[in-house]
Amino acid sequence: MTTAAPAVEADGLIKTYPGGVTALDGMGITVAAGTVFGLLGPNGAGKSTTVKILTTLARPDSGTALVAGHDALRHPDRVRRAIGVVAQKSGADPVATGRENLLLQGRLYGRRGAELGRRADELLERFDLAAAGGRLVRTYSGGMQRRLDVALGLMHRPQVLFLDEPTTGLDPEARTAMWEEISRLAGEEGLTILLTTHYLEEADRLAERIAIVDRGRVVAEGTPDELKGELRGDAVHVELRDTPDEVDARLLATALGEFAAVREVTVDGRRLSARADDGPAAVPHVLAVLDRQGAAVATVTVARPSLDDVYLRYAGRRFADADTGTGGSAAKAAVPATSAGGAR
Amino acid sequence: MSTETLYQTWYMTQRQLMAILRQPVFLVITLVQPVIWLFLFGSLFRKVVELPGFGAGSYLDYLVPGVVVMSAVSSNMWAGMGTLEEIERGTLNRFLTTPVSRTALMNANVVQQGCSTAVQSVLIVLLGKLGGADYPGGIGGLLLLLLASVLLGTIFGAGSNAVGMLVRQRESIIGINSFLLLPLTFLSSAFMAPGLMPSWMRHIADFNPVNWALVAGRSAMSADPDWGDVLSRGGALLALAVAAVWLSTRTFHSYQQSV
Repeated sequence: MTTAAPAVEADGLIKTYPGGVTALDGMGITVAAGTVFGLLGPNGAGKSTTVKILTTLARPDSGTALVAGHDALRHPDRVRRAIGVVAQKSGADPVATGRENLLLQGRLYGRRGAELGRRADELLERFDLAAAGGRLVRTYSGGMQRRLDVALGLMHRPQVLFLDEPTTGLDPEARTAMWEEISRLAGEEGLTILLTTHYLEEADRLAERIAIVDRGRVVAEGTPDELKGELRGDAVHVELRDTPDEVDARLLATALGEFAAVREVTVDGRRLSARADDGPAAVPHVLAVLDRQGAAVATVTVARPSLDDVYLRYAGRRFADADTGTGGSAAKAAVPATSAGGAR
Repeated sequence: MSTETLYQTWYMTQRQLMAILRQPVFLVITLVQPVIWLFLFGSLFRKVVELPGFGAGSYLDYLVPGVVVMSAVSSNMWAGMGTLEEIERGTLNRFLTTPVSRTALMNANVVQQGCSTAVQSVLIVLLGKLGGADYPGGIGGLLLLLLASVLLGTIFGAGSNAVGMLVRQRESIIGINSFLLLPLTFLSSAFMAPGLMPSWMRHIADFNPVNWALVAGRSAMSADPDWGDVLSRGGALLALAVAAVWLSTRTFHSYQQSV
């Protein structure tokens, strides 16, 4: 396997769905072989569409996509042989056993005989499904099903593994277990992993490089540290005991602004935020300034920049606000409560 | 078709047959329903053979091919539901990202449905025999009835799959099926001798594939088959079945446009 050629090279992908919804608007990524690459963005940003194109499921309106050295548009069959896909939806057959699912998957790639059975058993063992291998998949827990999905994707030893939101819907414990498994996979046999996620923490923890996707395009790309480093410095958040009036708020901001170690001071209600090159060192000075202005302080926190801050900077909105899809269930749940309140 | 495609067709068929065997409730319903038809229609219409010009000696003799054909239609027209479920579950997408041949995927549906229809038809024929039905055309005639019902089932199964993949709504399949099943059955000679049908119905029945299967099957099962009828109706069924399968394979492409 040549390490020089990228495992995935997509450029200028444009995809419009019937009805005029633009899913991709010039999407492009390059994934070096043997690395874990994270596509990070809210639901609807275009992550899944990108994966569908790269895995030969969907075709773009225009653009190019090379996967494992093959053109996904002209030679989809060659790409299919080289990739493993773990889609958002499970896809395992619920009325077949875990082992039967694996055997069928292997057979579709032309694997036969004793090697096929050995590979299935090896994966069942590895994903802690050995005891459940003979049970119908519909009896599996969510975490077990997800592990089987990953095993299915690995059955034919692919060069590139696509993991489309591998931990969405899992409970925290199962999620941590899945993270460990993915980290372990990443070190193996030069496997390249393309991971999509809308969990900032997940991308931060698993991916060597991250592309932040918003509205069908990559808006920022780099290692997690590079992306966070571009924000220069720590965030200092101060919660005041009382909400300052408008004049006081402006006075506070001005007073802090004169102090060279902090910048980008904002006051929003009781919440005062600033950025500092060295957060901990700036705290005493900030407190001294506030004390002099007569503003009583409730709490002070210093935070290293998070990917959320990065997202805010490049996409121009908070991650949680943009992520309308996941917020959907909460929002829907809130609707009847609101209307009930209105009726009262 | 390559050997690999044949292997893949077999693996995918096996998967579907296992799934049916593992859902005993579904299995029992598909088998019990024809028994109910046989019993209900057999009792309800027993006396129609006494009508002048009906032509058959016992109504059960006349009814068995009718129930075989009606059951082939009614069980296959739900095939799209299974396809829909596989789409929603992500199973179809999983297969489409593997090198499996699209032909094998669709053929597996056809083979599985064909097997199910054949088993169901054999059971109805045996039940009829138990009830005292007489099959003067012998085993050859029965095999041709079986073939006709499998071809008819293929037409409706493939059509239902195509609807499932294009429309992707359970309600559409339910609507289409409830709309079609009874009119298609009653606009055929399933329960009533053609000679006693109003002439406008008889003319419509000439264009009804359900009736083609009945004409071909009944003729083959009679003591003195009219081979012209068997071949013309059988050939028409075969042509329509091939067209329906081709169409449903084509719907993969439009499905992939929309994922």
